[in-house]
Amino acid sequence: MIGEILRITAEHVLIVAIAVGVAVVLGIPLGIYCTRNPRAGRVALRVIDTIQTIPSLALFGFLIPVPFIGGIGMRTAIVALILYSLLPIVRNTFVGIRGVDPVVRDAGVALGLTSRQLLFDVELPLAMPSIVAGIRIATVIGIGVATIAAAVGGGGLGTFIFRGVAMVDTRLILAGALPAAALALIADVVLSVVERRMIKG
Amino acid sequence: MPSSITVREVFNAILQGISLHIDPGEAVAFVGRSGAGKTTTLRLINGLVKPARGEVLIDDVPLARTDLVALRRRTGYIIQGSGLFPHRTVYDNVATVPRLLGWSEDRIRAAASEVMTRIAMPLEKFGARYPRSLSGGEQQRVGIARAIVANPSILLCDEPFGALDPIVRRELQETFRALRSDATIVFVTHDLAEAMRVADRVVLFEDGAIVSDSTSLEFPRLQIPLVQQFVAAASLPA
Repeated sequence: MIGEILRITAEHVLIVAIAVGVAVVLGIPLGIYCTRNPRAGRVALRVIDTIQTIPSLALFGFLIPVPFIGGIGMRTAIVALILYSLLPIVRNTFVGIRGVDPVVRDAGVALGLTSRQLLFDVELPLAMPSIVAGIRIATVIGIGVATIAAAVGGGGLGTFIFRGVAMVDTRLILAGALPAAALALIADVVLSVVERRMIKG
Repeated sequence: MPSSITVREVFNAILQGISLHIDPGEAVAFVGRSGAGKTTTLRLINGLVKPARGEVLIDDVPLARTDLVALRRRTGYIIQGSGLFPHRTVYDNVATVPRLLGWSEDRIRAAASEVMTRIAMPLEKFGARYPRSLSGGEQQRVGIARAIVANPSILLCDEPFGALDPIVRRELQETFRALRSDATIVFVTHDLAEAMRVADRVVLFEDGAIVSDSTSLEFPRLQIPLVQQFVAAASLPA
């Protein structure tokens, strides 16, 4: 049983890690884009905001009939988690960069930084605590939502919970619920530490 | 080598036809009320503001045909609130422009050490500190050091001492005077006494236009109502 719990926990971590990883790769550039093109940015933020409001089980339901990305299984779970993870990452990248003191940005331009240098040497480093906070929120939400993914055959710790509920087996439910809760707490603490480390000076 | 600055018939949303020539090595103060156009005119010079009509020339070359990034690297810029990079140490802040110019690390360290000595903040003591751990006056000094470390040919100052208490302000004005190297200096301030202390020439702005342009010594004696208002407000001997 312990071996099985470890295997399923690892699967859970993998699903969330892939989803958050993809969301980081897509979300940070999208967040940067939003700061450069405020009008398009507002639309993009609105769209992912709307996705975020769809209840998770309903989102899984919507995705199942979609060709290529949908269906029953882990792929659907990962796609749904990516969509959920995007919002905090895009938003926090956007807010982090917009929050850079205009005087500091002005000084950077006036000292002769190119727009690329301004982004990588000034804006992104200063936005980093906010971006890491977005990744932390995405990860914690992802760990929670991933438990529901078992409803569409997505695997992960939800498998135990749903099976336990069906069999009225409290131990089986806890075998899923306890590791899921522990994962969320650990992720929160670890990423909070990283976030604080990012604040220099 | 100090540069000449020419502003020719510039109009935009704020400026209503500004023309001005500054010779290499001159130190000019722009004074006037808030919103008079002095900061906007200053920002024309390093291309942070673009003219809608008219042109700006540095060493007789129009800005429109100049590589702005290269121009900014040889133009020092000192602003209110210092604009130091909060995530960089004092040394890394001061090293910004030399690094952009591709200087060797030895040369950067030597130049930074020299300039930090000149602002009375020795590099050994302050180099590894972060801006947040400095007082407002110290931050502003580092801002000055960062602006002058690479011997700019133009030095633009936008109310650099505006947010500081009078004593620190006076100290920094003295530091600034002592540092006045061979750059062409443009200094924006709403404080007439400060203008006369740091500059040889005073240009008065009002409603996006130039009201007067004279030497610092002549300025208080100009028979122009706005000038007299400024002189009275600054309680200078007329």
